[in-house]
Amino acid sequence: MNTISLDASHDADFVRQVEAESGQNLSLCYQCGNCTAGCPYTSFYDIPVSQIMRLVQAGQRDTVLSCKSLWLCATCESCTTRCPNNIDVARIMDVLRHMARRAGHAPEPAIKAFWDSFLDSVKKHGRVFEMGVVAGYMLKTGRVLTDADLAKDMLPKGKLSFRPHPIVGRQSVIEIFKRYHEERKS
Amino acid sequence: MSATYAYYPGCSGLGTSAEYDRSTRAICKALGVGLVDIPDWSCCGSTPAHTVDHVLSCALSARNIAQAETLDVAGIVTPCPSCLTNLKTASHRMRDDAFKGKVESLLGHPVENRLPVMSVLQLLAEAIGPDRVAGKVVRPLTGLRLAPYYGCIMNRPPEVMEFDDCENPVAMDRLMAALGAEVAPFALKVECCGASFGVARRDVVMKLSGKLLDAAEDVGAHAMVTACPLCQMNLDLRQGQINAANNARHDMPVFYYTQLIGKALGLGDESLMLDKLVVSPARVFHTMEEAQRAAFQRAESQGASVA
Repeated sequence: MNTISLDASHDADFVRQVEAESGQNLSLCYQCGNCTAGCPYTSFYDIPVSQIMRLVQAGQRDTVLSCKSLWLCATCESCTTRCPNNIDVARIMDVLRHMARRAGHAPEPAIKAFWDSFLDSVKKHGRVFEMGVVAGYMLKTGRVLTDADLAKDMLPKGKLSFRPHPIVGRQSVIEIFKRYHEERKS
Repeated sequence: MSATYAYYPGCSGLGTSAEYDRSTRAICKALGVGLVDIPDWSCCGSTPAHTVDHVLSCALSARNIAQAETLDVAGIVTPCPSCLTNLKTASHRMRDDAFKGKVESLLGHPVENRLPVMSVLQLLAEAIGPDRVAGKVVRPLTGLRLAPYYGCIMNRPPEVMEFDDCENPVAMDRLMAALGAEVAPFALKVECCGASFGVARRDVVMKLSGKLLDAAEDVGAHAMVTACPLCQMNLDLRQGQINAANNARHDMPVFYYTQLIGKALGLGDESLMLDKLVVSPARVFHTMEEAQRAAFQRAESQGASVA
């Protein structure tokens, strides 16, 4: 286990920022471990969610923002639902992901590539085009054989649409993304 | 039912969950629920949007809420739990004026945020109710033992979703029981299936969905019944991958609850699209019909002996 010198590495701004962006009071967490006990992803995490909560309290910005767990959280809401102090833990995990993204961390590049490809598709067509998302993901990751074994089940069922379903108001969706990126820059 | 609802189909309904969309529309019609598609609806951004930014995610949902506000409807309904979560979270957070202002600024126009949002499951469970559904059943599902699987976010977090029990939901159980089906005590009703990690981290889905299939088999279920397109896809389409990864031999059909309601109401194959399921339900329907025949014969012979 890593030892941490709190005096040397406590980032008070980080703690304040997580509280402000998530609207949660971090000091309410008393490490009961309920969030970790219920988290289906713990066995895939590098740091369990209750320890992430403790590390955030301790202002350990870099350790938290560079961990894999943030990208493996599926927002299943188990932690939030079971927190005895009504802390919206899943929302904190989401906010940490936002911050990790802005800081340029992506220790699970395939997951980031999939999400990015999904949003590219929304921006482009207004609605997600499933085939396009997977194609975009393959381009980003080079994993061209992803789920190739499913084709034999999917194609005969006609469940995959080969064409996107663009909406009339496509431009209004593009504008939402544009304004978002402009705000981020300013 | 005189009220009409704005219907948000969700993107997967155009492809991988076409049978969910089709059967949802068919049973709503059969049960007298009026649905009007939200005009020119767009994607809610699903999980990828809220992992990037909360205002962006809510703005994508708010566009659809605003589009629905142009209709004369009692509320917004959607079959998909992921769309539901995004719509409800947007609606919930926009009760805060400052946050609403930020959303409107990205959206480029105001949104009233006055319409209630709910799942089609909630609408059927509360506005129609199992008793009225039972009254319309023409082909009961007696002898079919089901593991009801709600997925992780239909009912959680309870402050936002405001529907059923967050640890032990029963809405779908009651509807299935109303069809004559037997509902198995399935402990993993709200456990996550691995969500959208099937593409980028298949190992996650193999483990989590594998556990769900194991648990359904352990309680003697003939089939699972779901309310979520992603859960259904992980459990049904990926069942072969799961068997290979976990050295298992599951052959468990995974229905949408709407397909089973439709079947019991006597709706035709065209509206139920049972042929879209990867694991064929033919075997379990055969078992169900055999059980029904045997029960009928038992009753007849008992009747004869009494006479």
